[in-house]
Amino acid sequence: MSDVAINFEGVTKAFGNVRAVDEVSFQLPRGALVTLLGPSGCGKTTTLRLVAGLELPTGGRIEIEGRDVTGLSAAERRIAMVFQSYALFPHMNVLENVSYGLLVNGARKPSAEAEANAMLKTLGLEGLGQRLPSELSGGQQQRVAVARALVLRPKVLLFDEPLSNLDARLRRRVREDIRDLQRKLGLSVVYVTHDQQEALAVSDLVCVMRAGKIAQMGTPVELYDDPADAFIADFMGEANVLQGEVLAPGRIALGGIPLDVTMRPHPSGPAQIAVRPESILPQPEGAPGLPGRIQRAAFLGQTREYEVETAAGMLFVVTPAASLAFAMGEAVSCRLDRVIPLRDVKG
Amino acid sequence: MGALTLARAALLCATLGLFLAPWHGLQDGISEVTAWPGGSAAPLVALLLDGSRWWLWPVALLLALAAPALLRGRAGAGLAWIGAGLVLAVFGAGYAIGLNGLQWGWLAPLLGAPPAQPSLGWGAFLVLAGGIGLFAAGQAARGRFGADAFVAFLVCSCGFLLLLFVFLPLVNMLSAALYEDGRLAPAAFGARLVAPEAWSLACLSTHAGCGVVWNTLLLATLTAVISTLLGLAFALLAVRGGARGKVSAGAFRAMTILPLITPPFVVSLALIVLFGRTGIVTGFMWDWFDIPRSRWIYGLPGVLLAQVLAQAPIAFLLLDGALRAISPSLEEAASTMGARRMRVFCSVTWPLLKPALAASFLLAFVESLADFGNPLVLGGDFDVLSTRIFFAIAGARHDPGRAAALALLLLAITFGAFALQALWLGKRRYTTVTGKGDSGIPAALPAGLKLTCAAVAWPWMIFTAAVYGIILVGGFVHDIGRGDLSFTWRHLGTGFEVGWFDGPAFIGSAWDSLFTTIQVAAISAPLTAGLGILLAWLIARQNFPGRRGLEFMTMLSFAIPGTVVGVSYIMAFNVPPVELTGTALILVICFVFRNLPVGVRGGIAALAQIDKSLDEASATMGGGAFQTLRRVVLPLLRPAIVTALAYSFVTAMTAVSAVIFLVSARHNLATVYIVGRVEAGEMALAIAYSTVLIVIMLVTVLGIEKLVGRARLGRASAAAPPIRAGA
Repeated sequence: MSDVAINFEGVTKAFGNVRAVDEVSFQLPRGALVTLLGPSGCGKTTTLRLVAGLELPTGGRIEIEGRDVTGLSAAERRIAMVFQSYALFPHMNVLENVSYGLLVNGARKPSAEAEANAMLKTLGLEGLGQRLPSELSGGQQQRVAVARALVLRPKVLLFDEPLSNLDARLRRRVREDIRDLQRKLGLSVVYVTHDQQEALAVSDLVCVMRAGKIAQMGTPVELYDDPADAFIADFMGEANVLQGEVLAPGRIALGGIPLDVTMRPHPSGPAQIAVRPESILPQPEGAPGLPGRIQRAAFLGQTREYEVETAAGMLFVVTPAASLAFAMGEAVSCRLDRVIPLRDVKG
Repeated sequence: MGALTLARAALLCATLGLFLAPWHGLQDGISEVTAWPGGSAAPLVALLLDGSRWWLWPVALLLALAAPALLRGRAGAGLAWIGAGLVLAVFGAGYAIGLNGLQWGWLAPLLGAPPAQPSLGWGAFLVLAGGIGLFAAGQAARGRFGADAFVAFLVCSCGFLLLLFVFLPLVNMLSAALYEDGRLAPAAFGARLVAPEAWSLACLSTHAGCGVVWNTLLLATLTAVISTLLGLAFALLAVRGGARGKVSAGAFRAMTILPLITPPFVVSLALIVLFGRTGIVTGFMWDWFDIPRSRWIYGLPGVLLAQVLAQAPIAFLLLDGALRAISPSLEEAASTMGARRMRVFCSVTWPLLKPALAASFLLAFVESLADFGNPLVLGGDFDVLSTRIFFAIAGARHDPGRAAALALLLLAITFGAFALQALWLGKRRYTTVTGKGDSGIPAALPAGLKLTCAAVAWPWMIFTAAVYGIILVGGFVHDIGRGDLSFTWRHLGTGFEVGWFDGPAFIGSAWDSLFTTIQVAAISAPLTAGLGILLAWLIARQNFPGRRGLEFMTMLSFAIPGTVVGVSYIMAFNVPPVELTGTALILVICFVFRNLPVGVRGGIAALAQIDKSLDEASATMGGGAFQTLRRVVLPLLRPAIVTALAYSFVTAMTAVSAVIFLVSARHNLATVYIVGRVEAGEMALAIAYSTVLIVIMLVTVLGIEKLVGRARLGRASAAAPPIRAGA
């Protein structure tokens, strides 16, 4: 068997004249959790539904675990999916929901219920089997949805924004649970979200999509530290994108002021330069760096946020709360730690 | 279901049809089967071997062509061609060669002078079903219909049935209008369409009557306007009438169920009893005020009154729902901006009501166009299109061409009304239900308006009560028409006497028609509900080429007036290849396809409330379309199914317009029997029988409601809480 869980080859899905997914090719390694990330309408959900078989592609080829599934319907693909709404059947109790997939695949009722009960136990849902979905909390419903998917021992497990219906506190715990389960069972998972923090937190690989195409794919660290262009730099966390010039390796000019920085290799000449808010450290006036004036200051508990007016433009700055504090109107000098010269100016 | 399984089942079915079942229809009933495998019960294979149906060899050849691959376990896209070929061969031959030999003269060089060919029978039916199955399997193998053979088969067979029983009769009728004495005659067609009987304006200047088109339009417009205004007055009182409005709301709502369970013309009977020449009110007026007895009720006033009595409650239902949907906070917002009550009503409430008013107007308009029973009973010299069509077929001058042309006019007016509404409503959609709870208090009505509404609504309410009271009493007194109000079982006895000769004997003259009616209604109701819900599921949840066409055809039968359906059915199904007239089957088919749209609409509305991710979840867990339908969708659709069941049962019991053309001596229906009693002057028997019908329907409806909670019977179903995944 190959080590590739999902293989997309030039897959296109067109709705009328609109290409929701446009000649997308990628390979997902087995046992990895891959996030599809992007703004709404970028094609990430359509891509997921193409994997599931809920949409059939208008062109290209899809393989799951080495098997060509391009023309197969969802029922024939041996995948499982956790829906954004959970899609628990309201007229069945928890046990019936979880054993449904086993039953429609031909299992006998007693063995299906035994398996379903075991899975409920694994997910800490024992004792809830006779409840209706409407009698469960949001978090419990989410776990039932996961149990229902896992009980089928799918080759690939798909998540469509599984956390969006949970409150903020629960979200962090559930995403860690999902990650633990995925590691423990060695599942290949495709996970759709529009929340970049969630994506960074759970993924082995992140695939950022834009307008039906893959904008960049890589590990979370690669995407954050080495974004291909302004779109990704801005989408993966905040970034100040400034017009500047690369003078030499490790030396740039912003607003006409030469600065020594850490950066990846980039040819000399005018360039767009992205600077993460936490890579900027305001210091008292006179220190080496980019001079500016504090326009706005806010204290957020763990961090402080500033907007600093400089010759290169307005800078958004985040510093640890323990660092030196500045007041509005104060003149400062901004030390730039690490900058990212962007390859694609147009984005 | 895989394409292969379907294709094999289809092949088996068609082979059975080829070798075993009688190919032609059995004219004298099931007794003819004894002749098998020869004579009139011969299967196709016998007919092919003795050479008498040599033109049907393609059927056998196509099946032989499909068999090898299927036996080896391969279902290819080519099956679609074979299936289509089978259907075309059977129907093509059926139409080309009829009872009088060759029908399509241009085929003479190929077919020569073949002998007469009677209608298609069970064998042909099985081959057709097999052909459709093969066609669907081929389409599924090609990846159409989401590669699901079950969906493909459902779509193809539904499409076939709709083509056969909705579209084909219409086309047939159109062609009948084009022909005269068996020859194409466009000039005669043109003449019929512009005939003075339809368009004459003589009534404006002379005492002669106007054309039926003008009569029909006048009646429909008046009915629509008056019903809508009455419905509005009732709705305003019920929703915005304050504390006392609540009381009236209950009374109005109880009233809305009456027209639904009353055969349409029963109201006419009561009106005759009240206002006829010897009517109760007429007599009272003569005795007390010397107002001379007259026949004023026979004609426009009577028909109008009867139709408004039937339509006003339905208008109320529609407008009541719309008025409730208007969020009170909108009116509160207007009043906080300083608008007075009348101003709020005119600038906020009224404009938001406009779409519902238009819908109510359209519904009443279309129902009036389609109404046949009331104009038949009360019309007198005032003819409308639906009655004129009937007399063109059933009257002394049997003239199908004229009937077809008039039916086309009626159809054109109906479609025109729908088109106008679509144009007008197209850009106006006011969504005032946001799904969020709204805590505002509805604004009270302006005092003057409230008074007007009450002044209109309450007398009408009393009038309605009187009319239905007459129906209730009329069957159980000696002669209500002449004011003899002493109690009797006599009329009920005439109709429903039961004797005892070695067991119960149903002597009464009405039993036959009652049994047939209940039978036909009980058979057609589950078929209607089942097919309607299936179609709704296909239209709302599946994506396939021709989905729009399927939806259009379903809704088409809703828009076609019953009389037109009746005429088109006798024209289409009186001769081979599909010969159904005189059977009970044609009654069932007529009801199924007439009432189908209600099931479909109800199903689509219910499906819209069921999150699509439930279907998808089932699919990702390995549930094919069939499993998903059976285990997920149908259980969730139960309320809609029950509503469709109850509705189609009740409509099948009360319908008269289409079936009056289709009943036969052996299969008569209650409504048609009652109309016959009225025409024979046996008013009391007619009323007694109507009461029996009403009681049966009331029991059925209440029983169903009891069984499954609240079945909503109105056409304007209120918004149900959405069924969300897991909530």
